[in-house]
Amino acid sequence: MNSRLSIVDRLRTGIWRDNPGLVQLLGLCPLLAVTTTFVNGLGLGIATLFVMTCSNLLVSATRRFIRSEIRIPMYVLIISSLVTCIELIFYAWFPNLGRSLGIFIPLIVTNCAIVARAEVYASRNRVLDSAIDGLTMGTGFMLLLCSIGLFRELIGHGSLLSRLDMLFGGNPWPGIVLVDGGFLLAILPPGAFMSLAVAVAAKNAIDQRRKKKKMHSTLRASR
Amino acid sequence: MSATIEATESVWRGGLILGALAALCTTLVATTHRFTAPRILANEQAYLEESLKPVLGGIEYEQELSKSKLTLPVPHALPGNDPAEIYRIYADGEPAAALFVISARDGFSGSIKLLVGVKIDGTITRVRVLQHRETPGLGDKIESSRSDWLEQFDNASLGNPLPDLWLIRRDGGSFDQLTGASVTPRAVIKALKETLLYFETNRLSVFEAAADDVGETDE
Repeated sequence: MNSRLSIVDRLRTGIWRDNPGLVQLLGLCPLLAVTTTFVNGLGLGIATLFVMTCSNLLVSATRRFIRSEIRIPMYVLIISSLVTCIELIFYAWFPNLGRSLGIFIPLIVTNCAIVARAEVYASRNRVLDSAIDGLTMGTGFMLLLCSIGLFRELIGHGSLLSRLDMLFGGNPWPGIVLVDGGFLLAILPPGAFMSLAVAVAAKNAIDQRRKKKKMHSTLRASR
Repeated sequence: MSATIEATESVWRGGLILGALAALCTTLVATTHRFTAPRILANEQAYLEESLKPVLGGIEYEQELSKSKLTLPVPHALPGNDPAEIYRIYADGEPAAALFVISARDGFSGSIKLLVGVKIDGTITRVRVLQHRETPGLGDKIESSRSDWLEQFDNASLGNPLPDLWLIRRDGGSFDQLTGASVTPRAVIKALKETLLYFETNRLSVFEAAADDVGETDE
């Protein structure tokens, strides 16, 4: 893979072009389960970002020793240890958020987006590049979690950014309450699938419009 | 011949690599655990005190709440299929109140874990929901952060209203229901009534029983 890509390009790839959730549709279990509010999405996003970056770093650092027969146990070992660490860190410093996310922190282990990055990228590239890859892909995943959380919270609860105190400390904060109570479906499981569908559709629509514009301008230029 | 030797060697090598990586990862987790364990323990204690305090109804207590804990293994006469917990509160050396951690079994989805404070005379100080899986937007209005439905139980006892009236209004009782949800309130009210009945018959033994071992064995 091309390691000479600039950071901006790679961020664009992670967040937009190859977003692990939006394009590759990986790691949907946590994506759909925890995004009932913005702060939940952000919390799990940060945890996933941390695990992805560190696992890419460790996998890349040990890639000389990785042999194809034992690579999966190695990834599992690395990822599960990192997840245990982040779980302990959450319960030590963000206990409320930890309780709110509950089982979904340990379940980051099963997020196939992380194994995918380890296998596809980190096991074949240099340490720094792999760390950057984890960082950009993780950011993409985190931003998707946040935006779906924001969307579902707005429609389902009628509020914005509620309980941010779980991450930044302070007294329980109800958030910006726009309407009292909302459209319930959005925070139920079907709402999760619909929100993701809306996000994917929106991305595709934007991409298509851009493509059309580009085609028009090249046509005009060639005339 | 040489192929088998090579294969054996490769198995050994793989095993060694995995072993080394396992050692490395274990060290990582153990180190993190070491640094976070005291904080996690302190957080859990604080969370317990924090969550018990609201149901005390202003009663001043003397000792650490977690040290007056009494766990009743199943089967017990309190509602719920999990071990029930009782925190005994003493004021001026006399029993003043008991806090029950119980679960209402007949919720809409799974059991509802409740924290109930009961004064020594059998009146409820306050009720809080600790854990539930009721439908968001309907049954979850039992949470005190979402509605004031639970406040109607403040100062209720088996004499106020009478035991036969511990039902929602729709069933001929004297407690409000929740809009769109009647299974959840029924379950909560039933559990509260059973708790009060238990306290009425076991008041003495609740305060006389020795506290659980506190400390290392208490996970």
